[in-house]
Amino acid sequence: MKGLTVLSLLLWLCAAYFVGIYLFVGGFLLVRLEVNRTSACEDVLQPGAESADFCRGPPRFRRVVVLIIDALKIDFARFDPTKTAPRPYENKLPVLEETVSARPAQGRLYPFRADPPTTTMQRIKGFTTGSLPTFVDVGNNFASSAILEDNLIHQLGQMGKRVVFMGDDTWENLFPKKFYRSLPFPSFNVKDLHTVDNGILQHLYSTMMGDDWDVLLAHFLGVDHCGHRFGPDHPAMADKLTQMDGVIRSVMERLQDDTLLVVMGDHGMTDTGDHGGDSQKETDAALFLYSPSAIFPGPPTEDEPDVVPQTDLVPTLALLLGTPIPFSSVGQVLLPLFPPHEQTQGAVRPLSQLEALWINTKQVNRFLDTYSSLSSDIPPERLSELKASFSLLSSDYLGSVGAGRPPSPRLASSLQAYLTSVRDTCRATWARFNPAKMAAGLAVLTFACLACFVMSELSAVLTEEKRAGLKGPVAAALTVGVAVAAAQLVARGYVEAAWCLAAGAFASEALFLWRAWRLNRPAVSKNGAKAWKLSARRLLAPSLAVPLLRCASLLSDSYVIYEGRVVTFLLLSLALYVPVRLNWDGHLVPLTSDPLKSAGLLPSPALSPAAVRKESSSLIGCLGVLVLCACVSLSFHGCREEQGGCSPSPFLSPLSRLQDSQLKNLYYILSVGSLGVSAYLLRLWLCHYGNLNSSGGTAFAARWVLPLLCVCAGLHWAVGAAPEGGFRKLAELIRVAQLALPRAAFALLGLGLALIWADPLTVFLKTRAAASARSPALPPRYRASTGISPQAELHHLIPQIYQRMRRSLEDGELGGGEEDGRPAVEAYGLGTVYSAPLLLHCGLLGVGLLLLHPEGLALAFLLLLLEMAALLHIHAAAANLRASPAASTGVFSVGWTPVALWSLAASQFFHSTGHLPTFPSIQWGAAFVGFPDGHSGTFLPACLVSLNTFASNILFAVGCPLLLFWPLVREVRGSRGVKGHGEEGEDVVMEMRLREKPHQFSAALLQLSTRYLFILGAQVFSSVCAAAILRRHLMVWKVFAPKLLFEASGFVVSCCFLLIGVTLVLRVDVAVGRWFKKLIPDASR
Amino acid sequence: MWDHEIRAMASTHAIIAASVFMATILPAVLVPGFSVYGTHLLWLYSVSAAVAAVSVSVFWLLGISPPTKKHTLGYKLSRLFRSCLYFFLSCLFFHTVVILYGAPLIESALETFSLAVLLTSLTTLRCLCVLGPNVQAWIRVFSRHGAMSVWDTCLQITVAFTLIGAWLGAFPIPLDWDRPWQVWPVSCSLGAMIGYLTGLVVAPAWIHYHRKQLTYKCK
Repeated sequence: MKGLTVLSLLLWLCAAYFVGIYLFVGGFLLVRLEVNRTSACEDVLQPGAESADFCRGPPRFRRVVVLIIDALKIDFARFDPTKTAPRPYENKLPVLEETVSARPAQGRLYPFRADPPTTTMQRIKGFTTGSLPTFVDVGNNFASSAILEDNLIHQLGQMGKRVVFMGDDTWENLFPKKFYRSLPFPSFNVKDLHTVDNGILQHLYSTMMGDDWDVLLAHFLGVDHCGHRFGPDHPAMADKLTQMDGVIRSVMERLQDDTLLVVMGDHGMTDTGDHGGDSQKETDAALFLYSPSAIFPGPPTEDEPDVVPQTDLVPTLALLLGTPIPFSSVGQVLLPLFPPHEQTQGAVRPLSQLEALWINTKQVNRFLDTYSSLSSDIPPERLSELKASFSLLSSDYLGSVGAGRPPSPRLASSLQAYLTSVRDTCRATWARFNPAKMAAGLAVLTFACLACFVMSELSAVLTEEKRAGLKGPVAAALTVGVAVAAAQLVARGYVEAAWCLAAGAFASEALFLWRAWRLNRPAVSKNGAKAWKLSARRLLAPSLAVPLLRCASLLSDSYVIYEGRVVTFLLLSLALYVPVRLNWDGHLVPLTSDPLKSAGLLPSPALSPAAVRKESSSLIGCLGVLVLCACVSLSFHGCREEQGGCSPSPFLSPLSRLQDSQLKNLYYILSVGSLGVSAYLLRLWLCHYGNLNSSGGTAFAARWVLPLLCVCAGLHWAVGAAPEGGFRKLAELIRVAQLALPRAAFALLGLGLALIWADPLTVFLKTRAAASARSPALPPRYRASTGISPQAELHHLIPQIYQRMRRSLEDGELGGGEEDGRPAVEAYGLGTVYSAPLLLHCGLLGVGLLLLHPEGLALAFLLLLLEMAALLHIHAAAANLRASPAASTGVFSVGWTPVALWSLAASQFFHSTGHLPTFPSIQWGAAFVGFPDGHSGTFLPACLVSLNTFASNILFAVGCPLLLFWPLVREVRGSRGVKGHGEEGEDVVMEMRLREKPHQFSAALLQLSTRYLFILGAQVFSSVCAAAILRRHLMVWKVFAPKLLFEASGFVVSCCFLLIGVTLVLRVDVAVGRWFKKLIPDASR
Repeated sequence: MWDHEIRAMASTHAIIAASVFMATILPAVLVPGFSVYGTHLLWLYSVSAAVAAVSVSVFWLLGISPPTKKHTLGYKLSRLFRSCLYFFLSCLFFHTVVILYGAPLIESALETFSLAVLLTSLTTLRCLCVLGPNVQAWIRVFSRHGAMSVWDTCLQITVAFTLIGAWLGAFPIPLDWDRPWQVWPVSCSLGAMIGYLTGLVVAPAWIHYHRKQLTYKCK
């Protein structure tokens, strides 16, 4: 067994894939350069002009109150008196409508359109800097670090305004030490509807009545959290909105004449209460502006904006308050808030519409100039167009207004058009790619896929080779990487790590492929046949054609949208192909009285007709189980917004959202029941193969840790489902339990996994005490081998032990009969010594991952377990029916079909555990399991959420080596029916065959892992291709980019856990080797 | 070697293909408002019926079906009854399989069942004609060494083409093109039909081309 060779090859391969993905993602995801300059009052916006532009004249308002109601969707703010039966979220904010209709000069309500991504931190960033956040920033939601760009809060501070902040503590992280006074409240706990809001309300009114503030920011989180927890269509939302209505009323009563009130939502929410994407439901929030004095010069006119982009708030507020517009703002002022040009007369007068627009235009132009000098992002022809239009506008404006003449009526609209076109240009530019990096990433990925395929085909040669064969590629990677770094340093003065990585990975892969080709040539010439020729015929075989179809399907947005069903369809097709193919080859039905056999056309079957019939019926039965599992699992799917007429599975919402208590109980019982059944099935399997008899760590984990873990999970669900405020007396206890139970479960999980790793052997050894029984019990074959080297002896001993073990198993549990020929040593569970710890590892991980999901998905996890078992059985039965396999040739290689089925099942259960490749569908609740009060860092919640998201990928990746073991495990049952075989010398040694042929074992293990990696890698490759080819597609940010990110991160997680699975197998192998070493002197004495 | 049989097969297939075309064209002329997409079920039934009637009669006339051991009327009747039973069971089987592949369970059950009827009359009926109501023989035929005559090979090819055609027909359904033929089950039945017609053409050609390599043991 060449464990290290296998591991190092796999690691190298994973590293190559990762570099490819990193390069591509780095070039594909948009990056915006932050301009580190700030505006100031004395700035002269247009070179040559004499006076400063900002801070001229008195500000329109002395003070402003900004109430940010998180996730205040425009639908919540509208009021329709004709609705007789409003939904819980409708008509709950009548104050806005009352004000707008009664006092149109004082208040207005607008739809307020956010730019995606619609996550709170991005939005705060957007409406304080006036800039457009990019896609990459999404990941920072957990760790909002301070905003370095020029922003409104900074400008207000510069002007000496006292900014008082209260509410969501994200602000405190974004603007550390910028506030005059700050009252942050913890925001991370989505389940907590009231802490932040009540905290604000305690201080809001008293602060307003006081006089030590100029700008008051209050960020309410209740509505957003209510959406996350219950969805908008829930009585709790009605309560929350009614509360907000009261807040707005009270604030309006306390306003003074020189104060502006801004009530706004930072984003909307979907019908399920989530946000983050770019659907209109998520982007359209509400914006309400009010002042006790008349601010709107006239009643709403036709040129009133339909929708206010979120960036526009920044320049508007800045000019109204008399502060400079932040440097990188690309918004345009909200014209209705400024008086028309003709109405502004007198020495001390506020800014008119035209003046405001002109300042705004100059500021945006300055930003454009600075940005284009720093970065060559913006296409030059577009830039020169914009510059030309600006100089035209400039001469127009200076010629009319500057000279005191009445301006032409079209000037305002052309200024607005200029501002809009700058914003659109910026938006398009920051959706810009780095084609060189993308191409490099694609090339590295292509070669990685190729190397993976070659490795799977040449696994036997690669593990045989004396030197690991990796020194060359690794050395090449290092040399070339360093050389490129040096060259960059010399030529450009700085090093860009991405290019060094790219060059290194590429050189390494090329060298590997070249050596593989050279290795392969003699093999080809020796065999005379094609060793790994990839013929068209082979690609068309369904076992490869189906994964290829799956990869091709990633190039179409419709197929990505319906991916869950597509994958199930392909899985069923491929599964159905297995018996059809077996029948075509004549293995499925026993050949009775076949004339061909006598004619010598067919080899004589290795299995008797009875065994064939048994295997076939088990194959068909398992196929039925598989089909049923796949069909039932369709009912656990979530819904994408693109899927019309789809409602998400009821199992996806946590139990606490259910209002019907009977239904709640039913769901709870169902969940706990399925959890129990899964654990019981696992235990039953271990017991059946005698793995529970041992006293080692793994058996302990199976006997005690697994059931305890399940109990913890069940109790945790029960506590979590308890109605809010239902048990007032037990509230404290429930709080403690919510904290302690999942943590106990995590600790148990850790303990169980540690035990498995520390002591993976599940063999129970029973030595006969009677010395007399020992000497005759040693079979002659063993005695004959005493003269040879210990190594050979060891190899020979294994089947002997096996035989004994099997006999004792066949004779009953603990050998009761005292025959003379009884073996001296009985080893229980040796036949499944590899798969037992692996299976237990999977089981423990499964329960742990289930804990991170909504309770209802326990059923989906049971289906996952069943489907896994069905797949393994189908694979084993097919391998046994093919009859050649392990027994005769000693090659354990696993074909493409089971591996493809395995990877399809992994994708299928990604969808069937309620996940979708979209950001709103991420189950953020996972971050709070065991941490109901939120986190301080970002690493832990990120881990928990990714464990939740990729649960199915993890389980299938860890369990992948089971495909290698299962045909051997099932072997004992297959030929037990054949009495003739069992009695003879040909033994059933199950997994010990692997130890007899360690070289083939490592080759097969490498082949299996590389095949699995190849199929996963091909999927990543094709979604990378989709993103690259369709990067200007309408759906790219909605479908392809999220799909790419999910596919890539799923691949990374799968790789890690596949390596863990393989390492566990190697660990077991080492342990078994030691165990035999200990046994030899024992037995030969 | 089997020039005679291949020629018979080619002409049989020509007749069946012609019947398919007639079953499409005749109603289009006779029935007002008939179209393959619009009144899809009607087309499905007419084609199924035509194929069923033509193949039964042609195969009966040619005398392909295995010789019956007994010639009593009762035996023949029981064979007929069993054939009908198998036909119906096969419809149910295809219906189940199609549902498991993702067809809607309750709504448009009639459409699904019609597709099952079409598939049955394209595949199972031929099995019934060539091999008689004998499931064992059906399973045997679909193995590499299971074909015992040119007709068996031909059966393999047409059935495989029909099923693959129906399978491929499912692929356009998720696409957002909004074409009339993307409606369930139009694309699948069209796929099955096209596959079947291709099979009818390919089978004699393939057999003719490979006639040197084909060896059958005697019946």
